[in-house]
Amino acid sequence: MGFLTYLINGLSLGSVYAIIALGYTMVYGIAKMLNFAHGDVIMIGAYLVFMTMTGSGMPVVVSIVISIICCTALGMLIEKVAYKPLRKATNLAVLITAIGVSYFLQNMALLIFGSNPISFTSVITWQGITLAGGQLKITGVTIITIITCLIIMVALMWFVKNTKPGQAMRAVSEDRDAATLMGINVNGTISLTFAIGSGLAAIAGALLCSSYPVLTPYTGSMPGIKAFTAAVFGGIGSIPGALIGGLLLGIIENLAKAYISSQLADAIVFAVLIIVLLVKPTGILGKQTKEKV
Amino acid sequence: MLKVENLVVNYGVIQALKGISFEVNEGEVIALIGANGAGKTTTLQTISGMLSPNSGKVLLNDVDITTIPGHKIVSMGMAHVPEGRRVFPGLTVLENLKMGAYTRSNKTEIAKTLEQVYESFPRLKERQNQLAGTLSGGEQQMLAMGRALMSNPKIVLMDEPSMGLSPIYVDEIFKIIQSISDAGTTVLLVEQNAKKALAIADRAYVLETGNVVLSGDAKDLLNDDSIKKAYLGE
Repeated sequence: MGFLTYLINGLSLGSVYAIIALGYTMVYGIAKMLNFAHGDVIMIGAYLVFMTMTGSGMPVVVSIVISIICCTALGMLIEKVAYKPLRKATNLAVLITAIGVSYFLQNMALLIFGSNPISFTSVITWQGITLAGGQLKITGVTIITIITCLIIMVALMWFVKNTKPGQAMRAVSEDRDAATLMGINVNGTISLTFAIGSGLAAIAGALLCSSYPVLTPYTGSMPGIKAFTAAVFGGIGSIPGALIGGLLLGIIENLAKAYISSQLADAIVFAVLIIVLLVKPTGILGKQTKEKV
Repeated sequence: MLKVENLVVNYGVIQALKGISFEVNEGEVIALIGANGAGKTTTLQTISGMLSPNSGKVLLNDVDITTIPGHKIVSMGMAHVPEGRRVFPGLTVLENLKMGAYTRSNKTEIAKTLEQVYESFPRLKERQNQLAGTLSGGEQQMLAMGRALMSNPKIVLMDEPSMGLSPIYVDEIFKIIQSISDAGTTVLLVEQNAKKALAIADRAYVLETGNVVLSGDAKDLLNDDSIKKAYLGE
């Protein structure tokens, strides 16, 4: 039963990575940039949930909704203030700006919330289920996390394929200038992408801190990097790729912790990434479109 | 229908357009011809709002569209078939065509236009579920033109539609441009293939390093000695 427990916990952690990876992969696919501040939006989201739920005693749902709304606004604000003026700048300038925004958010959180770790109260009170005569326990957080991730994935894939803004996203990710010629508002589409990614980051923050209940201003940075890894792993720019990359990363990490060494787990995760990229440089589901000119 | 007045466009220190003016009347086919670097593509990109000019004006049906952002111009009745076709390679042919109708909302009318586009380009219907990136150059050009027509434009700008195509496709593309014009759509055509362009155009403007150096009736230009020497290779 040990293996099954590790696997399920891995799936749950992987689901959180997948939700975060969506933010990286969508922004990369559409704005062609790596938003390294994405991980820190998760941390802000978690603090918002903590403040409204534990601090002000609001119901869980209300507090998560507030967190989503604030993170969505924050993501759009970051895009408008920090990235939009650099639309025609080199990739390196945008990357450095993103790292700068990441430190800015961490330090702002440090200033507001202090450096003392906060013990986060889980947003899910359900105890979960016990199977196989008490040998296999699955916590409520684990189950809800996996289900939330799957719902988000299905909804997002439907959105991109079937709605007008979703179509616009696909067009912008394929060819920004041609999209403009079709009448698509490229700036608006990029802004929407940041909004969706950051809203999802708020959900990821609440779920992450419910499983690992220690919240500091640096809480978002390591999961952020791992989720970015997951996005590359699955094939950056691909929504199903983010799901597969995230889940695999979570499972590998948990199994490595259980059977090899908890200190080496991260090293193993990144070693697997390097091997995958050596074999398939575009990631598992990455596309290599051959264009005829 | 379209009026360009004293358009000046700079790329850094380089002046790409040095104050060009011309006019396109409803129903006409107008050709802009000239060598590489004459400013033909820059002119089209400025008209459709992809570039903003340093000075000068673009009027579409007497409305000043000089400062209107590119994505708002399609719904004003102008479509642009860009240089190098620029189809969406990872989307299917049908998805590309639907993207052309992005600004329209009436589904029955979109379906009607799609029917018409398929009638003009039967090849696109055969390949409607194929990814655009896998089409041949000529097919991609047809797709780019069909996609532009999906917005139901009053005027179409076409940038080097025959570039890089085999002679058979070149003939076909020019036939299609003629039929687009016959259907009542105004055409502003940029071409390096001056002979073919002048053959189907009503009037033409000759561009040289950012200036209009000559203009007139296309048939007259076709017989003009200096044009023959410089652009028709005779």
